[in-house]
Amino acid sequence: MAVDEKTYKVVGTQPVRHDGVDKVTGRAKYGVDASMPGMVWGKVLRSPHARARIKSIDTSRAETADGILAVTTGEDYPDTGPGDYMDERAIARNRVTYAGQAVAAVAAISAHEAEEALRLINVEYETLPPILDVQSAMAKDAPIILDELRTETSGSFGNSPTNIAKHIIHEEGDVEAGMAAADHVFERSYTTSMVHQGYIEPHNALAYWNPDGSLVVESSSQGHFGIRDDLSKVLDYPKSKIRVIPAEIGGGFGGKTTVYLEPLAAVLSRKSGRPVKMTMNRTEVLIGTGPASGAHTTICLGVTNAGEITAAKIELAFEAGGYPGSAVGAGCLCAIGPYGIKNFRIDGYDVIVNKPKSHAYRAPGAPQAEFGVDCLVDEICEALNMDPLEFRHLNATKQGDVRADGTKYHTIGNIETVEAAMATDHWKTSLGEGSATKRRGRGVGSGYWMNGGGKSSAVARLNEDGTVTLLEGSMDIGGTRTSTAMQLAETLGIAIDQVNPIVPDTDGIAFTGVTGGSRVTFATGWAAIEAAKDLQAQMVSGLSDYWDVSSDAIAVDQGAFSQNGTTITFQEAAAVLHDDGQEIVGKSTVEPSGAGNTFALHIADVEVDLETGKVDILRYTALQDAGTAIYPPYVEGQMEGGVAQGVGWALHEEYVYDEDGRMRNSSFLDYRMLTSLDIPMIETVIVEVPNPGHPYGVRGVGEVPLVPPLAAVANAISQAIGVRIRDLPASPHKVRAAIASSTQ
Amino acid sequence: MATEILSGKVHVQTTINGESVDFLAEPRESLLEVLRDHLGLTGAKEGCNNGNCGACNVIMDGRLVNACCVLGVEAADSTIETIEGVASPEGLHPLQQSFLENAALQCGVCTPGFIVSAKALLETNPNPSEYEVRWWLAGNLCRCTGYDKIVKAVLQAAEEMRTEG
Repeated sequence: MAVDEKTYKVVGTQPVRHDGVDKVTGRAKYGVDASMPGMVWGKVLRSPHARARIKSIDTSRAETADGILAVTTGEDYPDTGPGDYMDERAIARNRVTYAGQAVAAVAAISAHEAEEALRLINVEYETLPPILDVQSAMAKDAPIILDELRTETSGSFGNSPTNIAKHIIHEEGDVEAGMAAADHVFERSYTTSMVHQGYIEPHNALAYWNPDGSLVVESSSQGHFGIRDDLSKVLDYPKSKIRVIPAEIGGGFGGKTTVYLEPLAAVLSRKSGRPVKMTMNRTEVLIGTGPASGAHTTICLGVTNAGEITAAKIELAFEAGGYPGSAVGAGCLCAIGPYGIKNFRIDGYDVIVNKPKSHAYRAPGAPQAEFGVDCLVDEICEALNMDPLEFRHLNATKQGDVRADGTKYHTIGNIETVEAAMATDHWKTSLGEGSATKRRGRGVGSGYWMNGGGKSSAVARLNEDGTVTLLEGSMDIGGTRTSTAMQLAETLGIAIDQVNPIVPDTDGIAFTGVTGGSRVTFATGWAAIEAAKDLQAQMVSGLSDYWDVSSDAIAVDQGAFSQNGTTITFQEAAAVLHDDGQEIVGKSTVEPSGAGNTFALHIADVEVDLETGKVDILRYTALQDAGTAIYPPYVEGQMEGGVAQGVGWALHEEYVYDEDGRMRNSSFLDYRMLTSLDIPMIETVIVEVPNPGHPYGVRGVGEVPLVPPLAAVANAISQAIGVRIRDLPASPHKVRAAIASSTQ
Repeated sequence: MATEILSGKVHVQTTINGESVDFLAEPRESLLEVLRDHLGLTGAKEGCNNGNCGACNVIMDGRLVNACCVLGVEAADSTIETIEGVASPEGLHPLQQSFLENAALQCGVCTPGFIVSAKALLETNPNPSEYEVRWWLAGNLCRCTGYDKIVKAVLQAAEEMRTEG
């Protein structure tokens, strides 16, 4: 449903994506498929202990074993200095802070030989009791995981050792006065478990350290420039000597935005003189890469009898994992995003625990932060006997409201999304009856995400047959070659099949930031638009030479060029210019700041089996403001995929730890992601409130659909069983326990 | 053919995508490793290596299997069909075409497994219900799509294949 009707020729259509045929025939080359002549295999030795000092590492037996070409340990890497711990995150130095951390790696002729050689490495650990939750880590007398750590608050550091890496504070208005003005004050605490992004392709890297000192790395990542820059830092090696080739990527969701295997493969290659390939198995992916933080949140809201929120006090404590850097910062910005609240204080804590160093996962920080707020809103609606959509409509963030960081919202589609939800068949249709053993409930959840800008580059090359080769710097994780090519085609007035988009390596295109934050269709799309404009201007200039008229005398319309009653098509112009000796290349780098914020609202119907505690999703509707939907089937796809991940987060997914801090469910059998049988068809409604900060009104769509499902599902279960669910996942045993508690 | 041990490796003769293939494999190597690392057939992917994600699905003697759970040496004298054999010189298989038209892939890494799995379904059940498609595909994990468009693509391809007869 478009709010602002503009007529586009290419934008909003449904072409077959350019990389589609390669991907349905199995020919697409993903990072895991990379190979080179002479290639050997690397494998990683990982810490079995969650918290330990490394007393010694003896690699002598592995180094002399048959078929072993190289061994590497933390000694081979420079100290990257304090702050982001890039060195230790790549490979441990003298301590481990989570079970699964890389401690050593070997290269061998075959992967099996490399794996066997790991057993020949003797690591002596002095183990320490692990700390596995934020409350224990924040306790007064908690053992300290990183001795040198001091709490950073607004740029200054505390004096005493701590497990709190960062304390973020956002304040606006007068919270005490706001609470005093409330008729009711509600306060509840919520927890969510650590969960994994769950991309199907494991991490991988193929590295070749050439004798001339140049390093070539091929891996699947969400940004090959970021991989190059991380490598440069971890290896203390010049960026100009590192070339990163972007392989096709088999899912990332934020988890493939940093290096894991790349530096190890590079050093093993330097030592062995061979190209070294490394891939993780699934267990390594789960225990050795960066999942999303588990979180403990406390939400306090003041409301009037009429349902107006007068003040909010939010405390978010996120598991950073073994090193600082959770997404709590973004969580703070998003926590109350859907609600326009004048008086608030938000405290965020980045807390070290002995779990994998957390990393970005789709709308990083927002699902954990907004979950509690939206569950409490549901509880308030129940207490005030208010319709949850009416409540959201009444309190919806509007243009001019202030976000946690002081930014004022521009044109946003929050109210439009709530109104669209009210108009859905789903909302208007009754839930239907359960049975003696099954109870039904309906829940709603809201979602907010900032969306991102950042730097993007594009080059558009005119070919003599009138096609355009679009070189763009963004790794394509799910159709963005096409969504950026569509914006180029729209700008040039040509058909989408006249554009051939490709993603060159780090030497083949100018710097482009990560594929993340829902920024690619927005920012790289914009770069494509600007490259198209540059190309078109050069074509006009070239034709002015050819026709010997001034550029001003040439009119451009729908891709055709005319002057003095003569019109030639885009294709004819390309041929004319080529024959005239002119080769035309348009280019641009943009760093737009006008990212349009996105709001979403989901409605979930569930049925709870009272005997088993199992929850089935009966019906699900997802709505969100996409701005202009450039490539609608892939906007829907993002929404549907986000729902499935979010429902998994709500119902099944969690990192299960034993008391020693070892993950006990590190396989796809036991780490339970949604299958096709676990979810019905998802109804999607794309609301289109164009973003005035983008030439075609793009906002970005990928992140926000992961946010609402946690609360929507929890609220639906709560309605079904009459007991509030405040601890995710709502796995059968927890739901059963909740039911039992209510019937005692 | 019977296998012969050559310095720890076993000689295996089999048929892959209609062509006779010989390879040497260590007895511990999975069929998936053989396909990907020895034969260059990288369309089948390793997502879990324990039979839970279906990304490595191939059809072996008419039966859908996870190539990660079959040993390479077990492939002797069998007939194997991989994603690389699904399209023909005439063009894409209806399932492949339907996946493209329905936007049934995002990152695409699970797509070969889904297509091979769906092909095995339609060979035994040309007219599946939505539930039957979902039940059959429950052995294939996709993390991007939420399954909607995959299920729709399979149902549409089934209909087209029935119409074409």
